[in-house]
Amino acid sequence: MAKLLGWRELPLGGVVTGGTAKELQKTGSWRAERPVWHEEKCIQCLQCWLHCPDDSVLVSGGKMTGFDYEHCKGCGVCAAICPKDAIEMVPERGGECAKP
Amino acid sequence: MRKAITGHKAIAEAMRQIEPDVVAVYPITPQSEIAEYYADYVHNGLVHTELVPVESEHSALSACIGAAAAGGRVMTATSSQGLALMVEVLYIAAGMRLPIVMALANRSLSAPINIHCDHSDAYLARDSGAVQIFCENAQEAYDYTLMAQRIAEDMNIRLPVIVNLDGFTLTHTVQPVDLLEDEVAKKFVGECKQFSPLLDVDHPVTWGPFAMPDYYFELKRAQQAGMEAVPEVFRKVQEEFSKISGRQYAGFFEAYKLADAEYAMVVLGSTAGTAKMAVDELRARGMKVGLLKPWLWRPFPAEEIAEALRNVKAVAVLDRAFSFGTMGALFEDVASALYPLKQRPILANYIYGLGGRDTTVPELVRAFEELPKIRKTEWALRYIGLRE
Repeated sequence: MAKLLGWRELPLGGVVTGGTAKELQKTGSWRAERPVWHEEKCIQCLQCWLHCPDDSVLVSGGKMTGFDYEHCKGCGVCAAICPKDAIEMVPERGGECAKP
Repeated sequence: MRKAITGHKAIAEAMRQIEPDVVAVYPITPQSEIAEYYADYVHNGLVHTELVPVESEHSALSACIGAAAAGGRVMTATSSQGLALMVEVLYIAAGMRLPIVMALANRSLSAPINIHCDHSDAYLARDSGAVQIFCENAQEAYDYTLMAQRIAEDMNIRLPVIVNLDGFTLTHTVQPVDLLEDEVAKKFVGECKQFSPLLDVDHPVTWGPFAMPDYYFELKRAQQAGMEAVPEVFRKVQEEFSKISGRQYAGFFEAYKLADAEYAMVVLGSTAGTAKMAVDELRARGMKVGLLKPWLWRPFPAEEIAEALRNVKAVAVLDRAFSFGTMGALFEDVASALYPLKQRPILANYIYGLGGRDTTVPELVRAFEELPKIRKTEWALRYIGLRE
């Protein structure tokens, strides 16, 4: 967690600059279910990356490589949109920001 | 250029000169005429404004918030129940630091339903975070609408500003109003200053984010700083406006024959005009009375008002609305302002003019004449023009 700012340091009206929330807030602990990627079924259509509301589908070199579990809130949109059932929602056990 | 126009037309003319990007309004008596005049201007091609005829006042102010966050200059207008419906969103406009200017044609709140003037609508928005200005006549309504735009858009303020004018008394009566030339008014108002506009897609931002206990308090403190910045800007804007208009606006209130007064009255809005006549009548009879008419009500200029009233013997503070269960809101403001003084004038609180009840010169003369007989400040309401 970043150092808390004083009232004089805050932007007018609490406006948040694009991309900054990612560094300040790790929201992965909110998750009740985690997406698990079955690489062997994946056809790299990137629909999961396109639909993820939290930019938590990791892509490298144009290919899906896994999930950012520090920010994924477990909404399941990726699993629902996947045309090949390559993403499975699995109940979280523990509650910590689980590592993959 | 001097014209004989209603308060509504005066506001609409100021809006025409300001030419906001977006005006979102919903009709309500007595405000509707402002929107009607403005719709004429839009459809006759006099202004390039997106006029949004929404389905409620809640939507009107919501549309204004969206348009202001997008980077536009926006205005609206309402009255009474319309403001009541806006209030939820008004707090949000203030918290998001959006400079939305609105005319409030003051009208009583239901029930019983009534379309005439009192200040219960303005009082409802008292703690909303909006700057509130009160006007005595159509000229002031025109002038302060132009000035409000500058105050709202100042980067240290960035808050909604409500310009109050008494419903019907000011909105529907024809008065002489001096209008500035269009170019002069436009130059005074200037270009809309932007802060992180949503439409700047190269610099994406989130407006109106969630704030947890770790940040909510700091953001509200910063909002209070916006209010604290108002007095200095208000004075600067007044000075500049006085120069271009030739009309003298100096300070947060008008002091009428107050300098040597022994007894004073504090009143908001059009009744100040009636009070001036009462002051003149009593002065002619040798009673040293004066009037203090606040222009700026929120933020409340407490120190300046205390300074102006410190030497009078007694003050009648008039409230045109109840704050049920306690004294009038303006009375409490004045009482708090005077509290730090060692020697305080005696105060009396009068409720008057609810639901459009006429308040006459003889009634205000009687209120002044009552003041020397009041021995101490009491936590008790007095009434003007009420049948027992």
